[in-house]
Amino acid sequence: MTNTLHRFGSRESLQKDYIIFAMAARGINEEGAPAKLQTFLRLALKHHPINVGNAVKGGIFRASQRLNPLAHWRRREFVDPQEVVQSIDACTTVSAVFDDPANLEVFLRELKTADLGISINISALTDEARTCCQRAGIIRHSVEYSLGFHGDLNLLPERHVLELSTMCGHGMVSHNFAKKMIDWVKEGRRDPQEATTYLAKFCTCGIYNTTRAIQILEEARVGT
Amino acid sequence: MQIDHGKCVACSNCIPICPMGAIYIDPAVNRATVNLDECVECFTCYRGMSKEHLNPTLVRSIRGLLKRLRIRFDPEPDVCPTDALTPQELSWPRIVRQAFSDPLVPHESTGVHGRGTEEVKTNDVTGRVQDGEAGFTIEFGRPGVGVRFRDIQKMTMALASLPIAFEKKNPVFSLMTDPATGAIREDILDEKVLSAIVELKTTLEHVPAVLQRVEEVAPHLDTIVSIGVATRCDAQGDNGLEPLLKGEGYTFYRGKTNLGLGRRPAAATA
Repeated sequence: MTNTLHRFGSRESLQKDYIIFAMAARGINEEGAPAKLQTFLRLALKHHPINVGNAVKGGIFRASQRLNPLAHWRRREFVDPQEVVQSIDACTTVSAVFDDPANLEVFLRELKTADLGISINISALTDEARTCCQRAGIIRHSVEYSLGFHGDLNLLPERHVLELSTMCGHGMVSHNFAKKMIDWVKEGRRDPQEATTYLAKFCTCGIYNTTRAIQILEEARVGT
Repeated sequence: MQIDHGKCVACSNCIPICPMGAIYIDPAVNRATVNLDECVECFTCYRGMSKEHLNPTLVRSIRGLLKRLRIRFDPEPDVCPTDALTPQELSWPRIVRQAFSDPLVPHESTGVHGRGTEEVKTNDVTGRVQDGEAGFTIEFGRPGVGVRFRDIQKMTMALASLPIAFEKKNPVFSLMTDPATGAIREDILDEKVLSAIVELKTTLEHVPAVLQRVEEVAPHLDTIVSIGVATRCDAQGDNGLEPLLKGEGYTFYRGKTNLGLGRRPAAATA
């Protein structure tokens, strides 16, 4: 999905960032897709993803609609991943984020065996995705390359902000909020884990890589 | 999107949340206010912020006292304490902003959420891009810059004269008045969206020409252009696009890989 295609960062920064997602083709193989998408996520959850999501219902990090004032000291930060599975009641796109290629590879083997018949894509470093597939006995069918950003690049913020904000490809994590979280970590007002949780809540597809975000915030804490 | 000034306590939590920077504290009324021309109706603020439902008068009183004492309250940054964000009822042409900017709203033309495109994600089933072909996704407005359709039209009109075919199952295509020229309907040209994707297909031999045209036009737009290009792989997983792009001087390492596990139902293939 282009919402994962243009995640900004150096090659080194983008290692340990694998998004795998499943969807049906509109008007062709949608029938029975919800059950297959649920199966996809149930299989994914066996292999330690760091985030999962249903593109129209959200991921495991979500906003709360009725906070009480005590929430400033104690909040429920996560939705049970099984709720994400149960939320799939129509044809949608579902995703799982991995930070360990070994876990992804085992998941791929299970997917191949499961033979769900719906399209599965990996958004990651293309050579690493290909290697993962080959180890799982899968030959890639098609590939899309990100050629990056063009035009007036003066419109873009500094790299740590861009690395954090582009992890939500739908633009739900604003540059200004990413900058605010970097500043709060630098000032010691929140730690990287807390700041990452705030950021991840805005990504409605559940593709936010929290492991990577924490690393970026740690790096930004001591640098420019 | 609007902010209910009767509820807003000017805590400023919503200001950095807006991807377009469209929210500000209006000094005339000391309340958060949305610049509707810059707002793209993405609903990030409304959906993404958690909501308390505190009494605004109480909150303003406490904030006023703390301000006088120079004491900073450190609230959760993703919360609206008084649920002051208020969606408007949208009509044409403004509703097109939400269609392209709110990822939870399906595009009417394609029925797909997000930016409304399937691209190469379902290529194993659709066969849209074949061996020897290249499918482009040219995206405007990402990351976090936004784009007006007037700028998108500059690009679509520049590309239309090349040997390309715009993807018909695409929300931007559905807004074109004349695909042969790339013209987009006039009543939305000033509407701003968070991002939009133009998809097109060509043969590998014309990829350099398309890239060159995009690179020529992009600097003249008041936005950022992101380029993605896809192709079918052979039985070994190789493709002719990768060496071609490297030969054109592009450095790339990230992308999407379709595993080829999707298939058409048996009746559809008969």
